[in-house]
Amino acid sequence: MSTILDERKDQIHRTGEGAIDIACNRDSLAGAVSQRACVFCGSRVVLYPISDALHLVHGPIGCAVYTWDIRGSLSSGPELFRLSFSTDLQETDVIFGGERKLEAALDELIDRHSPKAAFVYSTCIVGLIGDDMEAVCRKMTEKKGIPVLPVMSEGFKGNKRAGYLAACKAMFKLIGTGDTSGISPLSINIFGDFNLAGEIWIIREYFERMGVQIVANVTGDGRVADIGRCHGAALNLVQCSGATLDLARMMEEEYGTPYMRVSYLGIEDMADALYQVADFFKDKDPGIVDRTRVLVREELQKLMPELARYREDLEGKRVAMYVGGSFKAFSLVKAFRHLGMEVVMVGSQTGTKEDYAELEQITDPGTVIIDDANPLELSHFIKEKDVDVFVGGVKERPIAFKLGVGFCDHNHERKEALEGFVGMLNFAREIHSSVMSPVWQFAPRRANRMAAAKKEAVNE
Amino acid sequence: MSKPVSIKKVKPNYVSTTNACKLCTPLGASLAFRGVEGAIPFLHGSQGCATYMRRYIISHFREPVDIASSALGEKNAIYGGGPNLKKGILNVMKKYEPSLIGVATTCLTETIGDDVPRNLKEFRSEFGDLDLPDLVEVSTPSFSGTHTDGWHGAVRSLVEQLCTTRSADTGRVNILPNMVSCEDVRHLKDICRDFGIHATILPDISETLDGPALEDYVKIPSGGTPVAEIKEMSGARGTIEFGRCLPKATGGTSLEKTFGVKNHRIGLPMGLRESDRLFETLETISGKPMPRRYELERGRLVDAYVDGHKYVFGKRAVVYGEEDLVTGLCAFLSEIGVDVVLAGTGSRKKGLDAAIAQVTNGVARMAPEVREGVDFFDISEEAASLKPDLLIGHSKGYRYAKAWGIPLIRVGFPIHDRFGGQRIHHLGYRGAQTLFDRVVNAVIEKKQADSSIGYGYI
Ligand code: SF4
Ligand code: SF4
Repeated sequence: MSTILDERKDQIHRTGEGAIDIACNRDSLAGAVSQRACVFCGSRVVLYPISDALHLVHGPIGCAVYTWDIRGSLSSGPELFRLSFSTDLQETDVIFGGERKLEAALDELIDRHSPKAAFVYSTCIVGLIGDDMEAVCRKMTEKKGIPVLPVMSEGFKGNKRAGYLAACKAMFKLIGTGDTSGISPLSINIFGDFNLAGEIWIIREYFERMGVQIVANVTGDGRVADIGRCHGAALNLVQCSGATLDLARMMEEEYGTPYMRVSYLGIEDMADALYQVADFFKDKDPGIVDRTRVLVREELQKLMPELARYREDLEGKRVAMYVGGSFKAFSLVKAFRHLGMEVVMVGSQTGTKEDYAELEQITDPGTVIIDDANPLELSHFIKEKDVDVFVGGVKERPIAFKLGVGFCDHNHERKEALEGFVGMLNFAREIHSSVMSPVWQFAPRRANRMAAAKKEAVNE
Repeated sequence: MSKPVSIKKVKPNYVSTTNACKLCTPLGASLAFRGVEGAIPFLHGSQGCATYMRRYIISHFREPVDIASSALGEKNAIYGGGPNLKKGILNVMKKYEPSLIGVATTCLTETIGDDVPRNLKEFRSEFGDLDLPDLVEVSTPSFSGTHTDGWHGAVRSLVEQLCTTRSADTGRVNILPNMVSCEDVRHLKDICRDFGIHATILPDISETLDGPALEDYVKIPSGGTPVAEIKEMSGARGTIEFGRCLPKATGGTSLEKTFGVKNHRIGLPMGLRESDRLFETLETISGKPMPRRYELERGRLVDAYVDGHKYVFGKRAVVYGEEDLVTGLCAFLSEIGVDVVLAGTGSRKKGLDAAIAQVTNGVARMAPEVREGVDFFDISEEAASLKPDLLIGHSKGYRYAKAWGIPLIRVGFPIHDRFGGQRIHHLGYRGAQTLFDRVVNAVIEKKQADSSIGYGYI
């Protein structure tokens, strides 16, 4: 029996085997054990790192518990975002409606924590019982004097991407509320970086060395006040597969702020991001190009010799990856080339047709490209491609480990900074420490193979 | 036992939860279903719930946890999820070839009122020509219960829906162990084997959620309670179910009522006295005396209690988690002289107060404040004035332990910030030994760390 359900066959492609036409952005198939979460998950990801806001999940308890402080996003100040708030709907609320409880919860929590704003997430059940969250939020905004913003993120109304959009819409309401005086003409907002393990601090430092002011890091170590005035920045930098692209587009339309898509992962993409920004500002400050060049050179001088040491060991090893957004996958494919490694499978939860077409361009023939995969498919390709290391998130980790394959956590829960030049070094170190560990010799898949090879050698 | 005067705070009407001390109902059901041989849990609802629960469980067990979902979308939410449920079951059958599919509802399908039993009945008749797995369903709305309700509900459903006929005497003993760790289940199996008892432990997560490294990715891990044995639970000599806060109707009571299988309800065997009850029950059922190795374990435990009593006497502990785990911890802590000052659980109306009074009777120096339906915000508000020395419960209490500068002794589920959560041993004399060593060492460690001298001998 085949591992792949017929209905999923058009969501899998191999580079080089005909034109790519992957079906994507579909609802997950019933019974397929998708690795995906829901709309709510998408908006929670984007908004979560706004650290001085109250994040209240309107729904039964689970939705809030499972998203309680699970991300590696760090804050340089407030820690409010790391608490888990829920209206914990009970049966009577489901029958009679949860609006009064929501109101009371906001009343209580806003007084208790004095947040700068509150985000209220709707979950599946709220969509069903028909609470008018917008009305409650409007009322509480007036009463409490802070923005109380509804996030329309009912889990069943689409997939994670719909959640990104819901989050962007909620956030957009904050923008334009603050004073923009004192903002430099050389200024940017950082979108779509979540400050996992403090990565945004690395990136900020690069831009500051270039002489660029950062008005708001919207989705990482974020602050309500910064977001309120971020329309005063000259440029938006958007990282990640579309999580905040909608927000950038809204800002372009409303405030005329241009945006650029960038990635801070890997050497080329990191350098590219800096050069693109320098190029953008060079008319206003011609010196910026040189400053950037010096910065990149300095960083590379530190990095390259160290990378070379890891590369010696890693050359020729095979990699598979399954990530949330496919934009990250582009950077990772390139980053692995620097380590002399071969990418043989790339998958994503939320890729678009364009994303997959680009992946097909940059991967070697035979590479498996896959949309919305599940454990059986992932394990199938890990075996088929005889992978040495797998890149993914918490749910993928045990799949790799059971098959005796190294693993690198590259999702929202990572605790190791992997962005920027220094991040590239951490990344290499992490891959190295997994791939080169002696434990794989004992994992049955390899152990048995080694034993068989030995036997053969003796027989010859 | 003297109860200290406590000013019972009148709580304002409960409105919101901060850092919940409970999980949602289908998660408990999924865990229980995972302890059945060849079974796969299936959540009837939207995709998010299943994925989140998988992630949560994986972080604790570090094992692949495949939970299927009917992945309902907007249309299904309006017109009913029946068709997706059937399609999902077919897909799971095709790919996983399970011998049992455990279907649990979610808040969504409970709210739209999907009739799962009817859907499954239709499914059986529509696809009767296929080789169908056993289908077991349980209703698990999280707006009226917690993960423990999901667990007990699933166990009861398994018993009632699979064991439908009176079986001939199997000579076996049914054990319904409650939500305990993989290590605990392994220990129970050892005990039964040493007593010469063939036990049907339901569920048995010892292998399915703590499996060995294998050559291949297995779709459904080996181990778990055999379905055939569940079907014959009516032929057992008796049932032992663990828990003093169990719902009225359980798998155990149902077997007793329908088939007259005697149900022995005892607490989680934690600590010396509650473990004694387990061994006494086993002696009664098997007619054999306690095997020598457990005599020795018991003796060593008492010896350790004596050796270590001074380190822990009078220490103040805050305990939280599942209602029965909390009860078991109180039993254990009270007998070593630790004063439980607050015992909290996220569940409601479980009779925790009475259960704790029962298990601590005669040894505790004081009765703890007992709180049902609490979250960590409530616990921390009260705990601040109670000045605890120890916090005992799952990982989620870490930030409070850190803030109060006291050790957190990790037990139960989930353990997300330490390694080996599934191998924590809580039950029996040996489980008590493990816990005791950890408690004593935590106290010593704290003393050592706080001391300016840094005693090398303590
Ligand atoms: S909707 Fe209900 S079942 Fe789903 S995660 Fe939330 S609480 Fe749990
Ligand atoms: S109930 Fe809905 S919003 Fe909550 S986790 Fe499940 S799918 Fe997501």
